[in-house]
Amino acid sequence: MADLPPPVQGPTAKEKKYDRQLRLWGATGQRALEESHILLINSGPGVVGLETLKNLVLPGIGSFTIQDSAVVSEADLGINFFLEEDHLGGFRAQHTCNLLKELNPDVQGNFITEPIETFLDQPNALKPYSLIIVAAPTRPELLSKLSVHATSSLVPLFYIHSVGFYSHFSVHVAPAFPIVDTHPNPETTTDLRLVSPWPELIQFTAEKTNGLEAMSNDDHGHVPYVCLLLHYLEEWKKEHGGQVPQNYKEKTAFRNIVSKAARTNLPEGVEENYDEAVAAVLKSLNPPEPSSAVKEVFKAKECLVLSEDTSSFWIIAHAIQMFYTKHNVLPLPGSVPDMKARSADYIQLQNVYKSKARKDLGEVLESVRYLEKNLKRDTVIPERDVEAFCKNAAHIKLVRGRPFHVVQAGESIKWDDRAKSIAQTLTFPDSLIPLYIAFLAFDEFVATHNKDGLRGAPKVPGETDPEADSEKVTGIAFKIIDDLLKEAGTFVEEPDYSDVKTQTGEFVQELVRAGGAELHNIAALTGGLVSQEIIKVITEQYIPVDNTCIFDGVKSKSAVIRV
Amino acid sequence: MAEAAGSGLPNGGESQRSRWKYLDNILNRRGPFTDPEWQPGEAVIEGLSRAKILGAGGLGCEILKNLALSGFKDIHVIDMDTIDVSNLNRQFLFRHADVGKYKAEVAAKFVEKRVKGVKITPYCGKIQDKDEDYYMQFAMIVCGLDSIEARRWINATLVGMVDDENPDSMKPLIDGGTEGFKGQARVIFPTMTSCIECQLDMHAPRAAVPLCTLATIPRQPQHCIEWAHIIAWEEERKEITLDTDDPEHITWLYQKALKRAQEFNIPGVTYSMTQGVVKNIIPAIASTNAIVAASCCNEAYKIATNTNPFLGFPETDNYMMYTGDESIYTYTFQHMKKPDCPVCGNLARPLQVNPNSTLHEFLESLAERPEAQLKKPTIRTEEKSLYYQFPPSLEEQTRPNLPKKLNELVSDGEEVAIDDPAFQVQFKYKLVFQK
Ligand SMILES: [Zn+2]
Repeated sequence: MADLPPPVQGPTAKEKKYDRQLRLWGATGQRALEESHILLINSGPGVVGLETLKNLVLPGIGSFTIQDSAVVSEADLGINFFLEEDHLGGFRAQHTCNLLKELNPDVQGNFITEPIETFLDQPNALKPYSLIIVAAPTRPELLSKLSVHATSSLVPLFYIHSVGFYSHFSVHVAPAFPIVDTHPNPETTTDLRLVSPWPELIQFTAEKTNGLEAMSNDDHGHVPYVCLLLHYLEEWKKEHGGQVPQNYKEKTAFRNIVSKAARTNLPEGVEENYDEAVAAVLKSLNPPEPSSAVKEVFKAKECLVLSEDTSSFWIIAHAIQMFYTKHNVLPLPGSVPDMKARSADYIQLQNVYKSKARKDLGEVLESVRYLEKNLKRDTVIPERDVEAFCKNAAHIKLVRGRPFHVVQAGESIKWDDRAKSIAQTLTFPDSLIPLYIAFLAFDEFVATHNKDGLRGAPKVPGETDPEADSEKVTGIAFKIIDDLLKEAGTFVEEPDYSDVKTQTGEFVQELVRAGGAELHNIAALTGGLVSQEIIKVITEQYIPVDNTCIFDGVKSKSAVIRV
Repeated sequence: MAEAAGSGLPNGGESQRSRWKYLDNILNRRGPFTDPEWQPGEAVIEGLSRAKILGAGGLGCEILKNLALSGFKDIHVIDMDTIDVSNLNRQFLFRHADVGKYKAEVAAKFVEKRVKGVKITPYCGKIQDKDEDYYMQFAMIVCGLDSIEARRWINATLVGMVDDENPDSMKPLIDGGTEGFKGQARVIFPTMTSCIECQLDMHAPRAAVPLCTLATIPRQPQHCIEWAHIIAWEEERKEITLDTDDPEHITWLYQKALKRAQEFNIPGVTYSMTQGVVKNIIPAIASTNAIVAASCCNEAYKIATNTNPFLGFPETDNYMMYTGDESIYTYTFQHMKKPDCPVCGNLARPLQVNPNSTLHEFLESLAERPEAQLKKPTIRTEEKSLYYQFPPSLEEQTRPNLPKKLNELVSDGEEVAIDDPAFQVQFKYKLVFQK
């Protein structure tokens, strides 16, 4: 024990509390959460928004604010976990805020009881917030204001419905919302460059496979599979005009060559390194072609035309695009999967990949610095950001945020460039687009009905007369379908047309049956989904929903559509 | 179930239904998918408040909240665990001051206080402590258990309880599990639909790193940590029982692993990684737990009220798979019952074996087979006992069989029965010799 290194500093109290999530989004993700301030504009039964906040307070966002002018009623106590009997008659915003704050002393909570109409009229009312959640039902003019704010200030906006067994949410993020740290599955994303090895890797392979046939069994069974494949590829190339296996047939033939070269009749049975080599053939002999998502980034106007205030993402993307144009490959990520090998050989192989990755990074970094100078930027992009980009260059993702539908009384829904594709998928079996349309029709009903008089609370369908309201909402939904087909310049033949109408009618009926009520389970489930998406958007990690998600709690199915 | 739980409690009567205004819209109205025979109203409300329901496991906080706010009035909860500080990022009924207390007790008290009129009965212990009589009292069981052993145990118990003469003996099991951004919710109607044992191969264990890699050729930081955990501790601290919750123990392992990693030039050993490997930590977040637990409770609510079709109805979907790291993706499908399932089927499963491998090797391989995952198997043929783990006298008697080759012990195509005390499951395999 005497030769052990000195005792370590154990994890901090915060690291202990957040251990299970830090293993997913790390310290940088956590920091981003802690810097966020989330506004919930609450209405209706008000559960889904609070269940969303619960899952954000627990992992430790910086602050939240609840805007809600409702007064706590008896019905709230039957559905909302963050209210108690003593709160009856008090402000819902205040009491839900206090009980949510109890979940995590690290989080700041605030509340606003002023009605949303006058609250939004104040100048800069939305300025403090880094993300906004709106729970339906809401007035279209208010939702429009928020949508305009999301567009102009680039603050992400989430709009949620939770009605009976159904829910929906749409996300409006910036028109260019890039993610570098997408957390791809390491098993399916290994990039070993076997078809285009560089001199150091070729030399390493030559050393490790020198006299392969004559090796002792122990040596032979410990040659890393990367070297085995490169070695047999060299032999293959000699007989195939310098070409690596091109198609499935050739790859299978090559795989047989590798497989036959394994030694058999060994005491331990099989050679694991040869097994690994054989298993890797089909997936590692493809030229490292960037995905369509990456090419889309390269072709984006933000990448092609840089200016003084271009964000660092696009400057790095531009530099990597330059690298790609020059070398016809992306920078090497540099990671090597575990494989049967002696420790020293494996570490050496790892270093061959790491050095190449560092060299590629160096080239990209040089371009970045050059671009920064040319653009006269006053802030320097940290090297670690360039490094992270190079490591994950093949898996970066660009989400093109756009405003979601805000239903205006008496105006028909515009689907624009999405009309054709939505109209096509409308009739797919199990399509949830009819349910999305039912939600739009629900909003149109809300936009045209008041509880009492002109400035009263919005009236939702099914509160008192589900049958009559169901008929009205179905009529609205059918009109939305017909408008969609018209805009797409297409039509649906019978019996599909009648089927879609029947389905839509059923979704509407089920939606109206709830009379605007939330079911706690559906609110909790949807709050889980929305909070997860908010975490992705704030941390800029993983891949967020683009841009609308529907959940059907009758069939327990979900769908994501871009509208 | 005859204890009339609802009526004796406050807020259970008609006068207080204003609290359940929202829920009642669904309970009092037909929908387009409700059964034509279904009668909404009084009887459904009454049935819901009388149904005794059991919740268990790591999703317990979410499950209790959801059931209480779904109108269930008589809820029982089983959890053997005490509260750890690392639970606080998702298990929202617990506070820092509760660390060290029993989860079941704290959770029950909290939800009873918050949702008036609901009775929550905690049991702090293992689900395996309870017998069939205990489970017979419930209308259904909702669980989000962390361990596969516990899941298999409750599944086998509930399948074993089914008595064709008594329809009340079939207890729906609603099971949820999460790992990071992924999870699943499934409904099992014991003996009628695919059971947890039928679905076992969907949750295959991770392949263990071979011992020789740990001992002689480590390449990854994890190999160094496993070496410290499995080999160094045994060699140097055999007399101390390893407690993975003891920071001193983790620190010792960390330092051992770090030193070994330095010897082999392996970068990347950290304290946090050491903890993760040694305790087999699975990432867990509030959002996924909320999604999966709510999906389970939504099914429980539909089963209890018939307000809509539910998962697990024979010949329909019974399994929802959830993935949330890349957009949102769910896959809801019908997992088919396996006729050779060792719990709910009765056919022997054919298994290819190498006739030259020893009985010992064969038994070891059962631990890694995705559909078996047995750690302490006992094996016999119709005629003879091949190997018994217990009792010691029988173990001693059958031990000489371990080094024998399979073809010395059984004939090609012979059936064997394999038990593991952990699972109440008997596996029937038909051993087919590889040619
Ligand atoms: Zn089964």
